[in-house]
Amino acid sequence: MAGKSNKTLPPQVLTANQLFDGDVVYWREDGTWAQDLPDAFIFEAGAGIEAALVRAEADVEASKILDPYMFAVSIDEGIIHPSSVRETIRAKGPTVRLDLGKQAA
Amino acid sequence: MYRYDEFDASLVKDRVDQFRDQVALRISGEITEDEFKPLRLMNGLYLQLHAYMLRVAIPYGTFDSRQMRMLAHIADKYDKGYGHFTTRQNIQYNWPKLDEVPDILRDLATVEMHAIQTSGNCIRNVTSDQYAGAAKDEIEDPRPWCEMIRQWSSFHPEFSFLPRKFKIAVTGAAHDRAAIQVHDIGATLTHNDNGETGFTIYVGGGLGRTPMLGKKIRDFVPRAELLAYLEAVMRVYNMHGRRDNLYKARIKILVHEIGAEEMIRLVDAEYEDIQKNGALGLPEEEIARILNYFAPPAFEPLDETDTSYAEKLNGDLAFANWAKTNIAEHKAPGYAIVNLSLKPIGDIPGDISAEQMYAVADLAERYSFDEIRATHEQNLTLPHVKQSDLYELWQKLTDQGLATPNIGLASDIIACPGLDYCNLANARSIPLAQEISNRFADLDRQHNVGPLKIKISGCINACGHHHVGHIGILGVDRKGKEYYQISLGGSADENTSVGKILGPSFDEHSITDAVETVVNTYLGLREDGETFLAAVGRVGLEPFKEALYGTD
Ligand code: SF4
Repeated sequence: MAGKSNKTLPPQVLTANQLFDGDVVYWREDGTWAQDLPDAFIFEAGAGIEAALVRAEADVEASKILDPYMFAVSIDEGIIHPSSVRETIRAKGPTVRLDLGKQAA
Repeated sequence: MYRYDEFDASLVKDRVDQFRDQVALRISGEITEDEFKPLRLMNGLYLQLHAYMLRVAIPYGTFDSRQMRMLAHIADKYDKGYGHFTTRQNIQYNWPKLDEVPDILRDLATVEMHAIQTSGNCIRNVTSDQYAGAAKDEIEDPRPWCEMIRQWSSFHPEFSFLPRKFKIAVTGAAHDRAAIQVHDIGATLTHNDNGETGFTIYVGGGLGRTPMLGKKIRDFVPRAELLAYLEAVMRVYNMHGRRDNLYKARIKILVHEIGAEEMIRLVDAEYEDIQKNGALGLPEEEIARILNYFAPPAFEPLDETDTSYAEKLNGDLAFANWAKTNIAEHKAPGYAIVNLSLKPIGDIPGDISAEQMYAVADLAERYSFDEIRATHEQNLTLPHVKQSDLYELWQKLTDQGLATPNIGLASDIIACPGLDYCNLANARSIPLAQEISNRFADLDRQHNVGPLKIKISGCINACGHHHVGHIGILGVDRKGKEYYQISLGGSADENTSVGKILGPSFDEHSITDAVETVVNTYLGLREDGETFLAAVGRVGLEPFKEALYGTD
């Protein structure tokens, strides 16, 4: 299904951790990395994923980021909601320290 | 206390310099993550969900005020003002920046601390009884032997690339506070009929995916032969341990597959071989030199019981409640062992602020011969406090939020970092610990329930030791949602046992109720004076299953 759209696939977001401090980052439409989930590009129906992963891999090789991967989200009134608790926590910070991580900013 | 000799100090310094170069190469892109990862892990640096995490070793859990102040300084300067004590008698920092890690390691080295042997397939930081050198039931202080093992295993070329990580625990008391039977090797210091010192050796214990209890493979290894014997065990493991399957690589699997008898035969053969070559017999002078580092502090000759202490116990209920659970008997008359709870009601188990660290350092200096211990139950201990100082110390600990009177009770919960921080987690551990702690906040209720060890792990790696919790809770993932599985009847003392799973798991909204149901069921069926653990041993799982899942 390379490059083809697949209607049954949920929307997805590409994420990684920044090399410098391990901070969570998200792929933007222009191929740069955003700190915050609302700025992430949403891959609909699988389209464009392979090309983005290739470019992300180049950023791994350029020692900017680590471990890029896709995760599923749902969109509700324009707001991106990760489908797993894990990605929700990555997007915000520890649920037991609301003064730390992205949620604190 | 043991101080690095010069050899050690220069090794650690070289290692820091080397790592500084490696970090620079990584940041400039000259080495890849695949090349860098094993190097950073060798220096205790992991990548977690939100940031890097640095794990700093506290060998056998013993440290002093100078070192505690350095840990506080690091929390303040390089991290977010706190640290987290783990079940491995380590401290973790959750937010270091890659380029600052070499500076952190340099600062640590100035107080003889480091992050070596906190990760990778080597012999890890040796753990011990937090009451070592102080406990009334102690035969001898186990820490000199931990130190000898540390020196022997640090940078040992033969043991830097083992099939898997390798954990050793040593205890010197009848009551096992170091959980030796769930370690790759557990050693219990003992005296033989002639009054000579030696060790009973267990191998093949461990938690994780396949929990197993260590098997006794030798009743008595004379103390001078301890390292030779351990070397024999390590060689057998290195030769026969499986390297083809990550999940089968621990020594527990080897012992399980070949059986204890065969393990004994292989180790004995190696041991004979080593003895023939005369290697590794510890010279008496060397033993004496290390024992000397751990000579007991200069205890004052005091009465068994201090009268002012006894009066305060009668006069101040809050103090008496604290003393009831947080103090243990000391071997020296007139002294006590004081436990500092890092489990305030509803708070994060094991977390400590830089300010609290500074306070503990001051208190250790003032009241405990400058000694501090980290416990595998994520608390701290001041091992040598005069009974006559207890009241004053308690007041000062109270001011710092370090005097929660709950050691060994329902709210003294072990919880791993779980999905709030950990990259491997299935579910969160900390919020659950907080909820259970709040549920059992009432001290009378906790006293009524009695000794209860609740232990929570966020995944099967079992860093929260859930297998050996009286109530063990394991986080599992179901389609991206958090679920929790309960087991009952585990224990990590001299009667170690692995808990049994009760049944289907609970979601995050019902798990605390389920734990409460288990506790209430116990209260309903216990006999006079029967602890939770004893009751589960007597009645089995059925009554609890019935209470939770009904009779169908
Ligand atoms: S038990 Fe699992 S979730 Fe908890 S700290 Fe260990 S690896 Fe992480």
